[in-house]
Amino acid sequence: MKNRLDKSIIIQEALKELPSPSRRLLMKRAVTLGGLSLLTGCAVTDEKSAENMLMKISMLNDDVQAWLFDPNKLAPTYPESMMTKPFPFNAFYGPEDIPEIDEEDYQLEVSGLVADKHSWTLAELRKLPQTSQVTRHICVEGWSAIGKWGGVTFATFLNHIGADLSAKYVGFKCEDDYYTSIDMPTALHAQTLLTLTYDGQTLPPEYGYPMKLRMPTKLGYKNPKHIVAIFVTNTYPGGYWEDKGYNWFGGS
Amino acid sequence: MVMNSDQKIVHPFWLRTFHWINLVAVILLILSGWRIYNASPIFAFTFPKEITLGGWLGGALLWHFAAMWLLFFNGLLYLFLNTVTGRFKARFFPIRFGDVFSELTAAFKGKLAHDDLSEYNAVQKLAYLFAVVFIVLLVLSGLVVWKSVQFPLLRELMGGYDNARIVHFFAMSALVAFTAVHVMMVALVPKTLLMMIRGR
Repeated sequence: MKNRLDKSIIIQEALKELPSPSRRLLMKRAVTLGGLSLLTGCAVTDEKSAENMLMKISMLNDDVQAWLFDPNKLAPTYPESMMTKPFPFNAFYGPEDIPEIDEEDYQLEVSGLVADKHSWTLAELRKLPQTSQVTRHICVEGWSAIGKWGGVTFATFLNHIGADLSAKYVGFKCEDDYYTSIDMPTALHAQTLLTLTYDGQTLPPEYGYPMKLRMPTKLGYKNPKHIVAIFVTNTYPGGYWEDKGYNWFGGS
Repeated sequence: MVMNSDQKIVHPFWLRTFHWINLVAVILLILSGWRIYNASPIFAFTFPKEITLGGWLGGALLWHFAAMWLLFFNGLLYLFLNTVTGRFKARFFPIRFGDVFSELTAAFKGKLAHDDLSEYNAVQKLAYLFAVVFIVLLVLSGLVVWKSVQFPLLRELMGGYDNARIVHFFAMSALVAFTAVHVMMVALVPKTLLMMIRGR
């Protein structure tokens, strides 16, 4: 009971300190509220420094993961018989809000540090060499599921558009307002696919029509769906969940 | 052992430091771990939110992946110093398994001797070594849950990603069970708590 009281006081104090409409900060603050007040009932100032410390360590963990990441190490692949059926739908919204996209209207925008910035139609993308893989999708929540994705090796696509492969980040914007970004070494990994199909069929809406970036070397939230824009940059682009406190590298 | 245990330093300073740092790390890891577990429970129960750390999954993960370094480096130094000072050999070996049985019987009858606290009895030796093993197992299975692609050998050893989560869970359960008994025994012989603080 006492804990709960402390917590609500701390939340009020924290809200007072918040400089207006920053939902992002509010979400981030919530990160540690439960935890710290549970342990010690610390004051708001301590709360902030604890949060800063945790975010700093998380950035340090990005570096550790980049160091651990072996570009030649492949994620395990599985026989099709081991596919999880049905493969779970997962998003930050319910299935009723899955974006509806028409192939006729769709264009993939390309920008940033690339030589060729022309937009891509799905027909053009389907003309690039296609490959497929059966890999394990690991969710940050802990569950995992095996699926079969097909499409264009992302490295092939990046080479096609003349991307600056020495740039730090590749960022993604999605039709459902999701956004995320990845490191260049992962973008160039042999199993990183710009997928257009699931289990041999056109990628269904619930799995990210018209395209999803599939990386078996990263957690689920790093795999954007309904991608409408790809950009190459040296400026940290963040991500939807990453800006709320999930680790940016999100490797597995 | 004739020496007065009041005068002799039973636990060296470094050991006491590691013990309390380890306690902090384990509490942070277990409480945040329970919140992470709740996001996708392996079994048909979840941990009450009030006794978890982090507020939400993202917060719990931040705590977990921060405290893991504390546990890891503290544990590494603990193992290193125990080995080079010869403390492991001196305090834990040999373990007479005959004694384990007779001491357990005595303990359940409430007649466990504890007049000389400067030496571990056989049950203690075994229990503390198991605690070390549980923590090593937690680190190894944790590495697989964290980075299953980057540690293929360890992953196969754990029986795959999903299985590593189960190993991680049961190693946690074992460590919690150890801690419960450990705290109970300390409560029965409070002088041991003093010894872990001031060394004698």
